[in-house]
Amino acid sequence: MKAKIIITPKKAVVDPQGKTVQSALEHMGYTGVVGVHVGKYIEVDLAPGTDAGAARKALDEASHKFLSNPIIEDYRLEIE
Amino acid sequence: MNFAVLQFPGSNCDQDAVHVLSNVLGHSAHLLWHKEPSLGNADAVIVPGGFSYGDYLRTGAIARFSPVMQAVQQFAASGGLVLGICNGFQILCEAGLLPGALVRNKSLQFRCEHIFLKTATTDSPFTNKIPDGKVLHVPIAHGEGSYFADADTLASLQANNQIFWQYCTAAGELTDDANPNGSLLNIAGVCNTARNVAGLMPHPERASENLLGSDDGLLIFQSMIAVLENKTAAKAA
Repeated sequence: MKAKIIITPKKAVVDPQGKTVQSALEHMGYTGVVGVHVGKYIEVDLAPGTDAGAARKALDEASHKFLSNPIIEDYRLEIE
Repeated sequence: MNFAVLQFPGSNCDQDAVHVLSNVLGHSAHLLWHKEPSLGNADAVIVPGGFSYGDYLRTGAIARFSPVMQAVQQFAASGGLVLGICNGFQILCEAGLLPGALVRNKSLQFRCEHIFLKTATTDSPFTNKIPDGKVLHVPIAHGEGSYFADADTLASLQANNQIFWQYCTAAGELTDDANPNGSLLNIAGVCNTARNVAGLMPHPERASENLLGSDDGLLIFQSMIAVLENKTAAKAA
């Protein structure tokens, strides 16, 4: 059982990495790219038989207070 | 006065801070390991620069959960003076003791150079010894020092006079060229609403002896010491 947490910079935060990657893509000839946002991906391995609801609740809390910084980042939590 | 200088795995400006406070300014300063649950008899706390926990996850994100930081939270809540320098500023923001966050420099470069700082207010325990209009010359050394806060937070920082230092030219002008990292409003340092916790990305402890090119940084430590000594004198009276 795994939890996946995808963390992205908030739209209001300047994302120089995303802008640089976007510009590189354009230089390489990839057209039609109108925005790139570089974030983080965290994979958490959970013990077999873990209750998905409880895990979601706990990891949602952890994502809010530790794994992401809500001032500058958004996150999406997936459990599978 | 007795300063506690915190030490996390990866701190690297801790010894410099102790050196300035004890050898240059003649006060007592001791290192406090991050696992310590108490600040002992400290009159003030310095959260020094470095790369605590390797900057893993986000700068300051792991250090803020150290046992010593729980003691710092209590110390700050009771009015104690806390100054965060560079990584220390990042840790205090992550801990929620200061508003906003520090993100990757706009240039994506690690910037290591001397910059100029305008002090926006001398009405604080950290800036009271800085002469009006004096431009401080101090170094920076960071990759993630771009100050960010949402529009409401920036407005309240301005309304409450919580912006202490801003990047400027040698003449004291706030320009984009003088901003080394893309900080909003050229912000280099802020304080909390109670004005007893402050943080800044530049390194005053590396500009505290003329031999190092500038001793402007001393003014920040001397401001803190003046407030602490007044408090001690008031208690004794």
